[in-house]
Amino acid sequence: MVPLSHVIWLSAALFTIGVIGALTRRNLIVILMSIELMLNAVNLSLVGFARVWGDLGGQVFVLMVIAVAAAEVAVGLGIVISLFRNRDSVNVEDVSLLKW
Amino acid sequence: MVEAARALPTLAATPSTLLRWIPLLPLIAAVVHGVMLGLLRRTLSRGAVIALSVGSVIASFLLSVVAFGQLIGLPEGQRAFVDDVYTWIGAGRFSAEMSFLLDPLSAVMILVVTGVGSLIHVYSVGYMDDDHRDDKGFQRFFCYLNLFTFSMLMLVLGDNLLVLFLGWEGVGLCSYLLIGFWYMDKWNAYCGSKAFIVNRIGDFGFLLGIFLLFSSLAAAGHPTVAFRDIAAAFPRIAEQTVQMPDLLGGGEWKLATLIGVLFFVGAMGKSAQIPLYVWLPDAMAGPTPVSALIHAATMVTAGVYMVCRLNFVYTAGPGAAALVAWIGGVTALFAATIAITQTDIKKVLAYSTVSQLGYMFVAAGCGAFSGAIFHLATHAFFKALLFLGAGSVILAMHHEQDVDKMGGLRKAIPITHWTFLVGVLAISGIPFFSGFFSKDEILLAAHGAEQIPGHEALWAIGLFTAGLTALYMFRLYFRTFHGSFRGTSEQLHHVHEPAQTVLVPLVVLAVLSAAGGLIGVPQVYGDILGVKNANSLAHFLAQVVGLHEAEVPQAEELRLAALAVLVASIGIALAWWLYVQAPSVPQRVRESVGWAYRLLFGKYYVDELYDMLFVNPLKWISENVFYKGVDAGLVDGVLVNGSANAVQAVAARALKYLQSGFAQSYLFFMVAGALAIVAWLVV
Amino acid sequence: MPHLGPITIVTFLPAATALVLLVVPGLSERLWKHAAVASTVVTFLFSLRLFQGFDPTRTGYQFVEHVPWIPDYGIHYFVGIDGLSLLLVVMTTFLMPVTLVAAWNDVHRSVKSYVFFMLTLETGMLGAFVALNLFQFYVFWEVMLIPMYFIIGIWGGPRRVYAAVKFFLYTMFGSLLMFVAILVVYGLHSQQFGQPNLDLVAAPGTSLPGLLDTTIPLAGQAVWWKTQTWLFAAFALAFAIKVPMFPFHTWLPDAHVEAPTSGSVILAAVLLKMGTYGFLRLGVPLFPAAAIEFTPIIFGLALVGILYAALVAMVQADVKKLVAYSSVAHLGFVMLGMFAFNLEGVKGSILQMVNHGLSTGALFLLVGMIYERRHTRQIAQFGGIAKPMPVYAAMFGVVTMASIGLPMLNGFVGEYLILLGTWLASPWVSSAAAFGVVLAAVYMLWMYRRVFFGPVENPENRGLIDLDLREKLVMVAVVLPIVWIGAYPDYLLRRLDASVIDVLRRVEAASAQAASAPVTVDATRPGAALAFAHEAEGSR
Repeated sequence: MVPLSHVIWLSAALFTIGVIGALTRRNLIVILMSIELMLNAVNLSLVGFARVWGDLGGQVFVLMVIAVAAAEVAVGLGIVISLFRNRDSVNVEDVSLLKW
Repeated sequence: MVEAARALPTLAATPSTLLRWIPLLPLIAAVVHGVMLGLLRRTLSRGAVIALSVGSVIASFLLSVVAFGQLIGLPEGQRAFVDDVYTWIGAGRFSAEMSFLLDPLSAVMILVVTGVGSLIHVYSVGYMDDDHRDDKGFQRFFCYLNLFTFSMLMLVLGDNLLVLFLGWEGVGLCSYLLIGFWYMDKWNAYCGSKAFIVNRIGDFGFLLGIFLLFSSLAAAGHPTVAFRDIAAAFPRIAEQTVQMPDLLGGGEWKLATLIGVLFFVGAMGKSAQIPLYVWLPDAMAGPTPVSALIHAATMVTAGVYMVCRLNFVYTAGPGAAALVAWIGGVTALFAATIAITQTDIKKVLAYSTVSQLGYMFVAAGCGAFSGAIFHLATHAFFKALLFLGAGSVILAMHHEQDVDKMGGLRKAIPITHWTFLVGVLAISGIPFFSGFFSKDEILLAAHGAEQIPGHEALWAIGLFTAGLTALYMFRLYFRTFHGSFRGTSEQLHHVHEPAQTVLVPLVVLAVLSAAGGLIGVPQVYGDILGVKNANSLAHFLAQVVGLHEAEVPQAEELRLAALAVLVASIGIALAWWLYVQAPSVPQRVRESVGWAYRLLFGKYYVDELYDMLFVNPLKWISENVFYKGVDAGLVDGVLVNGSANAVQAVAARALKYLQSGFAQSYLFFMVAGALAIVAWLVV
Repeated sequence: MPHLGPITIVTFLPAATALVLLVVPGLSERLWKHAAVASTVVTFLFSLRLFQGFDPTRTGYQFVEHVPWIPDYGIHYFVGIDGLSLLLVVMTTFLMPVTLVAAWNDVHRSVKSYVFFMLTLETGMLGAFVALNLFQFYVFWEVMLIPMYFIIGIWGGPRRVYAAVKFFLYTMFGSLLMFVAILVVYGLHSQQFGQPNLDLVAAPGTSLPGLLDTTIPLAGQAVWWKTQTWLFAAFALAFAIKVPMFPFHTWLPDAHVEAPTSGSVILAAVLLKMGTYGFLRLGVPLFPAAAIEFTPIIFGLALVGILYAALVAMVQADVKKLVAYSSVAHLGFVMLGMFAFNLEGVKGSILQMVNHGLSTGALFLLVGMIYERRHTRQIAQFGGIAKPMPVYAAMFGVVTMASIGLPMLNGFVGEYLILLGTWLASPWVSSAAAFGVVLAAVYMLWMYRRVFFGPVENPENRGLIDLDLREKLVMVAVVLPIVWIGAYPDYLLRRLDASVIDVLRRVEAASAQAASAPVTVDATRPGAALAFAHEAEGSR
């Protein structure tokens, strides 16, 4: 049986990768993937804790998160596609109109 | 409320469902016309319009006669019919029924309104046929005229102050519509609005009067606006006093006086008394039948009717009565002096109307309410006659109203001439014409009104005005019908007697003007002829307004009458001398006292004064201080947009740099923040 | 699934229609418009059923529905109507189809969104009128802001964005303070009764007292923000902005001038009534002692509003702006009558809400009709319009007369009762306000004269086409109730007795209490004492 600390470390590592990816990459698709990574990192720790405490709530929550993430990806990719159609680019630096 | 009213010794009234039809018939006609014109844009044929409009008013007149007959049939002292239709407005202790009251006072009024009204409707058919303006409208005219008749009947038949007020405002509306009937003329439209607005100022006082009367009665446990209940309950509050605020001079006022003054402000507006008379001369912009019906015979007398209806208020409030009498007297003189110089035939008659209304208020103020109503009725006859006669002249002259361009018309239009002369004789107070009796009753009342301060001066003013009246009326008569024609030869060529529908009302009114005084012959003549209760009108009205007994010896009374006739004769003689014998004299007088002439001809420049004192400053303040200063400057500029600008200024200087537009920099701040929180929690 | 009550149907039918239209694909714009009109007409017919079934003699709310929503926090779906809301609901449902038909050609861009917003707006407004749960009220109060914001902001005139933002921020500013006050009242209530409840009154079948039963401390009895004075002030600010009372009125002329016709009509006729309704439904009954305390201020502001707005209206060059300022003056009358705290004044005030909705709504419709033809609203551009457009002139004339309070038309009854009620409370205030009636005649008639009378000097006015059948129908539909209320207002006034007496009783009790307890507010107006004692409940 994998100890909880391993699970948490893995989760933290995945989350950090996700954060760095989301902060540093310029490609929208990659940023979306990084966000997914962060979500899954959280899922992992939820599952881990659920097993340790013997509480099914954590697992239920994970299913919820997966469902939401799926919806989010659908919307996100939709936006990316319409963006690409309009601008021929998925680079975030090209969509910086929302400013002063 | 019902119980409180029951405890009062209210005059019992006989129910009758006939009354509602008297105002309703003209209303139906007006509504039919209104829907046709205002919605469907279809005009009825001329015949249909006449049948509907004139027919409805004549039917209403016949109903009035029937109702009058029934009223006479009731025992004396209990002559009252009531028609309760439905509850109009009810809230809390306040309740106004839509109900009508026919008592002697309103009976006289509806007969005058529908009687003279019918004649003028007939006359209008002929008069409006001649209308060739762009903005003519035969049916529209009759629509307004019917609506007016309805409103006026509501006014005089209303059983309570609210229904009276309904009619009061309704006649104001019709006056507005009819003055501005030829709406494409800017001046007419201006005059219409002016009439409405000046009347509104009066209505302001009227409304406050209703409120004060109602609240005082309510405080005494009798919340009511119905006339008979008010009359019964009024003695219970009549002796109360009100502490006036320092702003209005302070001191204690009798409640009755204050109520009377407030109502009289309303009467000043509607009946064109100083200082609110300014609209009536301008009202002559309307078609002449309108001037005759609304601005001479009926609407403008509404104030007199109202004062008589509330006679108990003025009896209990001597201060208010004195105000009424003096305003009336001063207005009578003031308007008569202006009338002397005017050259527009209708303007002269308009100022004459203002002056005669002043007479009526003198009578009402002096307590001779039946005298006021008597003069109201005779004035309705002869002034309607004079206006219609003037209209006939105007038709004959192809819409020329300036007497300077007339003269010598008596041969060209004989019927108009003779009927006009009857009217002039009646208004001048020549013995045994209607105006003679009614004017004498007023002068007698002023002479004997001990309760009015300076009543002798008031009487003297009345007497002098009688002389002036004879002077300016005969001036008008001589300038129009005598001498030589002063217009163009083309005008002279076309002068002709107008249509039958115009002439028949003239003749009928001439008969009434000549003989109408017989309904109220003073007792002194009755005694001579051996007739008891000669003044049948006064006895008929006594139930409502009380009997005003003149306590003057017979010889004295006859002496006063003779004096009045003498003064009038001097006026006539002067007019004859000035305008027939020595026509060059007026010109020389005019030149020698030019300033006085200009003052009178310029109507004392009251309009200009009002504009300067009220209208222009108010406009200036509204535009520059309120709109541009407070609204745009202070509230919007400083407070609303100012705060927005302040925020914007801060944001533009400092905060905008945080908003780079890069999603990732936002994310960076988020992560940094989260890390900072974690760090803070851990450490 | 609980049974759908009549109020729920009336409230949600428009929004439901909007949702159905949204999900069904491929419908034409024409169909959307037709569906919207049909749905609002059906809503109106349903609301007539409410009118018919309403029992004027009963005190309390009728057609009540009470369903738990978030019961843990005292939030229920709780609706019901009394005389006050009945009149406003019927007025709203009546004006909605009229407005839609009148604005048939008013909107050319994004017609579907426009229809959607109009329908949700109706649900928002009706929901606020029938809500008896404070949370629910607040939700609807905010819900109707959004469609109106878009209607002004998208379909408005040249300065529409400025006007829309101003409208939104102004209103939002007030409502947030109100929200804080709601939370405080909620806290007090939970403290006193131990159970959370945001219902105004105890719902039928439940024992938990409503918010109106909460004892709210007077000044000096608790920390300042828990006292009636400050809570009332917070509510009053929200409502005063919406009314709008001077000096919070400057959003109104801008919003009206920029809004499309239909927006102006609904804004003037219904949205402004939210403010006055809020005072009467919430502000006064919740904090009666504070309401008495604030009476001089409200009287003062209302009076200033009446005279000031009338004077400002006088010098406007734009017809629509003139009508907008006249609204401020009219609403001043409504506030005056309400705070007279007697049956005459309050009933007049409620009736005047309806009157103003009809007559000012009609004025905006009429202004819209001429704007559609001439694309200007400057008075100086017109003159002599009565010649080419007699029907239009006639309709405008009738509505003008209603607006300046001519007897036999609706405005008179309301103004008269308000002035009478105010007179019974304070003759001086009433006298000054009555002068506003004079000024109303001045600015309305002056405008009417310059637009309709005189020669047709501007050649562009010569070829104007008179109202077509659709426009005539719209105007007839509005003018009929104007005349009817003027001729027989008692039919409506009778239905108000029970609810007005209920409010007045609370004020009465508070004023009696204030008189006996020396610490608290000084009873500025002992005149409020049992003004309605004579009136046996529902005796008429």
